[in-house]
Amino acid sequence: MNKQIFHDTAQDLSFKPNWFFNRFLIYGVLIIWAFICLFPIYWTITTTFKAAPDVMKGNIVPWWDFTPKWLGLKSLGLSPNTIFVENTVREEFLKRFWNSTIIAFSSSTIAVALGSCTAYGLSRFSYRFGFMRNSDISFFFLSQLILPPVVLALPFLVLYKELALLDTRIGLIALYTLTVLPIVIWIMRDQFGSIPVELEEAALVDGLSLWKAFGTIILPIALPGIIAAFIISLVLTWNEYFFAALLTSSHAKTLPVMVASQTGSQGIAWWSMAALSFAAILPLVIIGIVLEKFIIKGMAAGAVK
Amino acid sequence: MSASEGNYLHIVMPDQISDTRRNFGRFIIWGSAVLLILTVLLQSLDQSNFLSFGFENWRPTLYAYLFWAFCLCLGQVILYGEQGKRRLFILPAVLFVISVVIFPLIFALGIAFSSWNLSSPDGRQFNGLANVYQMWSDPFYWNALKNMIYYTLAILFEYIIAFSLALLLNTQIRARKFFRVAFLMPLMLSPVAVSWMIGKSMLEARFGPISRLARELGWENPSFFGSHEMARAVIMMMDAWTFIPLMMIMILAGLQAIPKEMHEAADVDGAPPWKKFWEITFPLMLPVSITAILIRIIFKLKLADIIINVTSGGPGGATDSVTSFIFREYRDRSNVGYGTFLAIFYLIIIVILMTILIKIADKWMRPRY
Repeated sequence: MNKQIFHDTAQDLSFKPNWFFNRFLIYGVLIIWAFICLFPIYWTITTTFKAAPDVMKGNIVPWWDFTPKWLGLKSLGLSPNTIFVENTVREEFLKRFWNSTIIAFSSSTIAVALGSCTAYGLSRFSYRFGFMRNSDISFFFLSQLILPPVVLALPFLVLYKELALLDTRIGLIALYTLTVLPIVIWIMRDQFGSIPVELEEAALVDGLSLWKAFGTIILPIALPGIIAAFIISLVLTWNEYFFAALLTSSHAKTLPVMVASQTGSQGIAWWSMAALSFAAILPLVIIGIVLEKFIIKGMAAGAVK
Repeated sequence: MSASEGNYLHIVMPDQISDTRRNFGRFIIWGSAVLLILTVLLQSLDQSNFLSFGFENWRPTLYAYLFWAFCLCLGQVILYGEQGKRRLFILPAVLFVISVVIFPLIFALGIAFSSWNLSSPDGRQFNGLANVYQMWSDPFYWNALKNMIYYTLAILFEYIIAFSLALLLNTQIRARKFFRVAFLMPLMLSPVAVSWMIGKSMLEARFGPISRLARELGWENPSFFGSHEMARAVIMMMDAWTFIPLMMIMILAGLQAIPKEMHEAADVDGAPPWKKFWEITFPLMLPVSITAILIRIIFKLKLADIIINVTSGGPGGATDSVTSFIFREYRDRSNVGYGTFLAIFYLIIIVILMTILIKIADKWMRPRY
């Protein structure tokens, strides 16, 4: 009488609801967060190609609920039909873009050069400057990270005015170098710490000088760390707004300042703002996609000991 | 901090330094120092209208300083040979930091106790403790400090989200690289662009996509910057959006450093996942977590760009951070003296609190037996 109606076939037995549920949950959360991370970027890119009615109606998918137009790029003078015509906005934009590039690259280069030498020195030799020993010197450099920019901003405003460095690239480069130097030292100290000292000992015994051993043997090994430090510096200096807003007015203005100065006055020209923001983030988005490995390496440095 | 002690390069290089070389080394260091002092003297005399040399700015002093710094570095090698070359590794950075941090800080102390309106012709006027009194009775500054506490407390939520994301990324998943890049993106974006992209356009009350979504969900008139609490929460969320990747990656690096054997042993013992997390993963992650949180606090204390660009402190100072407050204080009234005093006061608070925090963290991070 008690006949079993349902039998568990082999297929049914291999089905693990728990496991599938877990997978589903994990991918669900990951996809939702990826959406949260990427949607603002997507929104900015599409808004670049929207006309006013499309913005008002909240159309989101191009070619499906709106037809892309060249409005955003046209306002910057970069659309196909304006690119060969004289355009003041484009001149301005390119100037700011160029300023940002020069400032970010030079300050990152200087910071990486100074920082790797310092980190190397601190990881290899024991110094004594008065009461300062190696760990104190390390702390002296790393503690600069705590210093909020606002403390330096106003004194620098006055100092630069006296030194005629206000609104110059060199002034900004010096300050930016300072802001990223502790981070570079932090990353590079980690990097050099993982390279065995025996390498230089062998090189020195073989007759290389100290600086030559550093340049030809240690630096190539530490290259991944150097690239990581450089890219992170690049990201921070490219995005820096506070000092640039205070210390530049016309000549050395950087891209973030230009973006910020547009937000107030042209709130309605959505496409042009979107194009500008997009141009400001594009280089870093590309760097992020291509060099993600190094960025992660840099940020993970020092987290694990 | 002292992990690498004792891992030094122990090689002694022979050095013969002749007397003429030593004298030459001393000569260039002291010679350039005298040159620097002379320049400073001449310039200050010129500045106080004692004598007139027609200096337009302090550039000559800057050049003299750079020359002295260069001679000092060169002199190290000439004077001490091999030992000097070792010093040369860190000397430039030390000189650089001293000249752009320590010197301006001392200078800032001088400015902090004066009233100095950059746009007025009177110049700097020493006003003693007037700035202290002004600060004491400035409700907006205290309000900004209070906001900083809220903003810092928000880090706990960021930490929880970052930890969960790192745990998810650490499981066996497909397309891990895609998710890593996607999660990293917010950190790469310029805060100014973010404040337009999210703060000004996506949160726009009438047709921003988020307001639209809020309306769909049944919120009649979504206004994100209307009430104090809401505005503050939105700023916190935008800042969290930018900086969660930083914590997430540090924690992920920590998770990947946990040896697999630990989990295998727990599996053999039949520990449920929840227990495995609380008794193995979390305690092992404590040092990394504390480092991540400390670094996050440091970045949080500098929070300003988003606030300046999205709300400029409003409504009624509800979203003001100290940095954005001082920024506006300078922009609106161009009073360098008062602004500097506020900044110095903030710095002192930060240094004290961070020292205490690092001390506590140090105690926690040490393994207990």
